[in-house]
Amino acid sequence: MNSLYFDNAATTAMRPEVIEEMTDKMTTIYGNASSTHEFGRQAKKVLDDSREILAKSINATDKEIIITSGGTESNNMALRQVAQIKQNEGNHIISTVIEHPSVLRTLEYLEGLGFEVTYLPVNLQGNLSTEDVKSALRPDTILVSLMSVNNETGAKLPIHEIGELLKDHQAVFHTDAVQSYGLDSIDVRRDHIDLLSTSAHKINGPKFIGFLYLNKDIFVKPLILGGEQESKRRAGTENVPAIAGFAKAVSLLDEKSKQDKQDFFKKLTTQLLSNLKENHVAFEVNGQLSDNHSYHVLNLWIKGVETSRLQMNLDLNHIAVSGGSACSAGSLEPSHVLTAMYGENSSRVNESIRISFGEFNTESEVEALSNQVVKISSKLLTKNK
Amino acid sequence: MIYFDNSSTTLINANVLNTYQAVSQKYWSNPSSLHKFGEKSFMLVEQSRLQIADLLGVKGSEVFFTSSGTESDNWAIKGTAISKRKLGNHLITTQIEHPAVLNSMKQLEELGFKVTYLPVDQTGIVSPDSVEQAITENTILVSIMAVNNEIGSIQPIAKIGDILKEYPSIHYHVDAVQAIGKNLWSKLFHPRIDLMSFSAHKFNGPRGVGFLYKKANRQLQPLLSGGGQEQNLRSGTENTPGIVASAKALRLTIETQQKTAQQTVAIKRELLDYLTDKPGISIFSPDASDFAPHILTFALEGVRGETLVHLLEEQEIYVSTTSACSSKDETGSGTLKAMAVDDRIAQGAIRLSFSSENTLAEAQEFISKFEEIYKRFENISY
Repeated sequence: MNSLYFDNAATTAMRPEVIEEMTDKMTTIYGNASSTHEFGRQAKKVLDDSREILAKSINATDKEIIITSGGTESNNMALRQVAQIKQNEGNHIISTVIEHPSVLRTLEYLEGLGFEVTYLPVNLQGNLSTEDVKSALRPDTILVSLMSVNNETGAKLPIHEIGELLKDHQAVFHTDAVQSYGLDSIDVRRDHIDLLSTSAHKINGPKFIGFLYLNKDIFVKPLILGGEQESKRRAGTENVPAIAGFAKAVSLLDEKSKQDKQDFFKKLTTQLLSNLKENHVAFEVNGQLSDNHSYHVLNLWIKGVETSRLQMNLDLNHIAVSGGSACSAGSLEPSHVLTAMYGENSSRVNESIRISFGEFNTESEVEALSNQVVKISSKLLTKNK
Repeated sequence: MIYFDNSSTTLINANVLNTYQAVSQKYWSNPSSLHKFGEKSFMLVEQSRLQIADLLGVKGSEVFFTSSGTESDNWAIKGTAISKRKLGNHLITTQIEHPAVLNSMKQLEELGFKVTYLPVDQTGIVSPDSVEQAITENTILVSIMAVNNEIGSIQPIAKIGDILKEYPSIHYHVDAVQAIGKNLWSKLFHPRIDLMSFSAHKFNGPRGVGFLYKKANRQLQPLLSGGGQEQNLRSGTENTPGIVASAKALRLTIETQQKTAQQTVAIKRELLDYLTDKPGISIFSPDASDFAPHILTFALEGVRGETLVHLLEEQEIYVSTTSACSSKDETGSGTLKAMAVDDRIAQGAIRLSFSSENTLAEAQEFISKFEEIYKRFENISY
């Protein structure tokens, strides 16, 4: 039986074009981009061209793109280094309770250094309003860090409005755009974003590569020091093949294809939900399917069915979904996002699965998924009785 | 075309590339995912970790994957400083370390730490006694590179390890980026070492993969926090294809290291035979037991290293000035400066670095091409 993969928010399959591009660069461009000889210059050219593609994808300039080893490093660098450079202007940071662990754990580290962090709660839709940020904002706020799209529910935060709100405040605005990049139209000028994190492997690119956009007017010190790569902002021999692969993945995503993807995922979502309804599965969507939702993520409460059992049974039938997010290796802890939305005593916390779509999913795969959810949930519910 | 710049980076081995491709195609799932797809990736990452650990003679739980040698150095140094700051604020290193080490140290100085940068002798080697003399009750870290990247001098890692046995609370970090796979392991690996940095693209592995050996129970603050990968010490979705490919590259390198060392030392000797006693030539990488077999650095007095690099490049011979990481740095070689080499000579230095792909015939071709260049400058009095 074919395997079905519905865990695209955790990671995506590399596109064949990306593998091809990387293979080409690994075999033809093997100079160190910092070397001054011809091989080095060829590598530098690939690097520059790739950087231009990445910059354009968010309406930034080339100099504002710092290549990193991925979303986690981008988030760590953004938060740690902004906090360090702005500590004389204040020590208050605003974020939310639903951020990715790479933001939450870093904020905890900063709290240990004496920074004060306000973690904004979210509503039942898993979202928050611009007003919430406004009322938390203080004269000594130095940094606001909010994810663009939540990785567990797909909730789209009002980034543009918050950017507007912050543009006349000293606070630097960072967004973790890992789940939004490649799916939504991002314009750092339009949205007044100062720093933005991305990761290539979420958009069918290679693992362990990403970038941090850093507005040209903001200066931070490097997190990783050494050679003078990335305009002295991030040391380490440039991973030219992966950067070229990342740029390839980005270049395959124009504005139209992003919209097409969202439409396609919306269609798959509708199909899955109506199948479940027709078959009388008792479920509810965690969050809200609205304009403020990214349709590549669908978090479902299957009433009365324990997360781990449903996930395991689907897995035995070669269907990959997630019980939350795939970050804390090997552990299945109650989702901090669902807990924030519904409270720790809500059944939703222990009876929900995350389905996340990718461009290689098909309607017939979704049908197979819904059939299995119907079958397994009815089996497990019967057993429970 | 002759590529004598293998200490900057190496061409990925064809079999390693195949592995990278195959894993990218089949096992791209997130190793932290709890489904079977994730489990397979997880198994591959863990097998690779064990393979690397076996090759290094350490435990699997002591190998941590990072994005580069630079990150490994940053992590080892800053992670130690932060986790041991209550015990002291003094660190010891040498003047000839890689910028990843030196700049991490400088950053710590800005944060109030004290750093001793030990000098080296005229041959580019630090004295173990000087390490011991520099130790104070506040010392928390000694960081010494195994093989210098600019001239290939091998540092007395084992002797320093013996000294540090008497100081169990000090972390001992060794930047082994240039040392691995050069048939030097038995000489360099010492049980007293707590932390060791490596980089895959220096041994025909992929870019963007480094690892850090951290001895069990040694405290080290993470540099990157998040999802808790790598025993909660280095977060970020694992680079499964890069990790598997790197383990293979390391295995292939270590399996052939004896042969490679013989081959590269033969190339080095051929070139040294030609260069030795040549007027105007200064050699910094002699054929000696405390010099690595794969690096040969020399200078032609009165001619800038950059000039030589470009003239050789016109002949399709690729070498570097001193190291790629500081190529663009106007200040020149930190190592030669530390060795008190006259500026006029140091500015003329070029580094040749060899791999198993290089041949004696290439060395001979280099000699004939270099001789032409040399003759052009002969009129300049030495």
